[in-house]
Amino acid sequence: MKSVKRIIVREEYCIGCRLCEIHCIVRHSKSGKIIKAFRSEKDAIVPAVTVEQKGYTSFALQCRHCDEAPCIEACMTGAMRRDGKTGAVLCDRDRCVGCWMCIMVCPAGAVRQGKCREAASKCDLCLDRDVPACVANCPNEALTLGGDA
Amino acid sequence: MSAAPYLIVGNSAAAVGCIEGIRSVDRERPVILLSREPYRVYSRPLVSYLLAGKITDERMFYRPPDFYERNGVEAILGVTAVSIVPSRKVVETADGRAFGFEKLLIATGGRPVIPGDVPGIDAPGVFTLTSWDDARAIKAHIAGNGAREALVVGGGLIGLKAVEALVAVGMKVTMVELSDRILSATFDRAASDLARETLERAGVAVRCGTTVARMEKRGGMLAGAELRDGSSVPCSLAIIAIGVLPDLSLVEGSGIRTDRGILVDDTLRTSAPDIYAAGDVAQAPAAEAIGGGRKCIPILPNAYRQGFVAGQNMAGRKRTYRGAMPMNAVDVLGLPTISVGLTDPPEGSEYEILSALDREAPWYKKLVLKGGRIVGAVFAGRIDRAGIITGLIRDRADISGFRDLLLSGDFGLISLPAEYRKHIVSGAGIEV
Repeated sequence: MKSVKRIIVREEYCIGCRLCEIHCIVRHSKSGKIIKAFRSEKDAIVPAVTVEQKGYTSFALQCRHCDEAPCIEACMTGAMRRDGKTGAVLCDRDRCVGCWMCIMVCPAGAVRQGKCREAASKCDLCLDRDVPACVANCPNEALTLGGDA
Repeated sequence: MSAAPYLIVGNSAAAVGCIEGIRSVDRERPVILLSREPYRVYSRPLVSYLLAGKITDERMFYRPPDFYERNGVEAILGVTAVSIVPSRKVVETADGRAFGFEKLLIATGGRPVIPGDVPGIDAPGVFTLTSWDDARAIKAHIAGNGAREALVVGGGLIGLKAVEALVAVGMKVTMVELSDRILSATFDRAASDLARETLERAGVAVRCGTTVARMEKRGGMLAGAELRDGSSVPCSLAIIAIGVLPDLSLVEGSGIRTDRGILVDDTLRTSAPDIYAAGDVAQAPAAEAIGGGRKCIPILPNAYRQGFVAGQNMAGRKRTYRGAMPMNAVDVLGLPTISVGLTDPPEGSEYEILSALDREAPWYKKLVLKGGRIVGAVFAGRIDRAGIITGLIRDRADISGFRDLLLSGDFGLISLPAEYRKHIVSGAGIEV
């Protein structure tokens, strides 16, 4: 199974600005507008990219869209699935019941409880765009887009 | 009789894993699947959600409606396989048909244990809860009898999900568990206590150290239960959830080796050539972290993975199974919990425990260490990023360099050595 897109994490270029988290939230908000998203929608959205920081080291990480994805194998409802066209690992929130098996098995810690605590929240690779929001808004190319993996 | 290139008996997570495993190697040759139940593949763990009214019948399915067709599977539903003749490579069904095979997967799952020594246990109103039909029958019973009081026998995961469902539909529920705490197979005492307190806050009566001695009938229907301690619990509905055992009926007399379950090697092959087994029916190699050997660990992620590895081997790609590990993620009436590996080790200096508990919040985190590695973990209340720990257990990672960070609130990949972090971040695929 090939991914059309793969986000490459380049730890040595990350400056820890967290713009990726902000733009992930905006991109997945209803309004799509930064001010509206932060005034009224922020509490309902978990960013699917997380910046981890310790001392001078930082990096941003989102779902790795693994080839044999543990979250798909562990999903008891079939909500976590591989998109046939793109190879992305996606969570169908209508079918997710929030059992958190995916959180239990993701070695990257890249699946989170949604704010409503009912559906798993994870990176969808911004499939309706050419470039994911986190990559497009990274000022230092610490997140870049790879081709077919 | 022509032999099917691939024959699968069973129609749940292991069967689906097998189909997807076969199709990752062989897109062409047909698969025949035999299923006792008349439904296309559904999610067994969802039956308690259906009973609770949290989901509808339409949401029970584990794969899309075109799953069989898209994967070249002829699914024969509602037929019971009754015997295997390994020497002739044939499976016989209850309706007198015979299916030849080149490669066979046995994925017949488990069946709920019913205690044999409880008078009245066959009373109308006594159920198990492992199948779609079970959930339907219980719903019909509640609707038809206006049942308001229920007894759940067994304080394990199925019992817990049964309690949760019955609470959700407004019943007064009593749970009885023979051991001295609930969820004793998956949790340690502190996590069991948190779970019990959560149930009790929701109005559930939890009675440990006893179980049902006799079911009482009135007018031919269940009316109550007498417990071993002499007390009685009025109830017009009871769910028996004291465990599941591998369903070995299909292999009886076949010569295929069994112990608790069907014994398989690290390719998921049974003692017979070309015959594989996976899922709750199999006794498969267990992960090193929990001491290896061959164990029955009836959980969905293991079933899927075993099926997948079996499928690839059946299709000719040599693939070895990394070993089953007990792990469960369960929401206890709003308290999310995760348990992985060895959570309640025997007393002794071999093991070291790191733990933090906040009863009020409530949250709890515990790690079991042995020889500089993590071998088990429990999370309750806060579960974000638990999978990083699961990965460390799986990979048998040496944690000596970051041991002191394991319990910290901001523990993450950044706490790990750069090399391990790179392995996670750049890994193309990671096995469960």
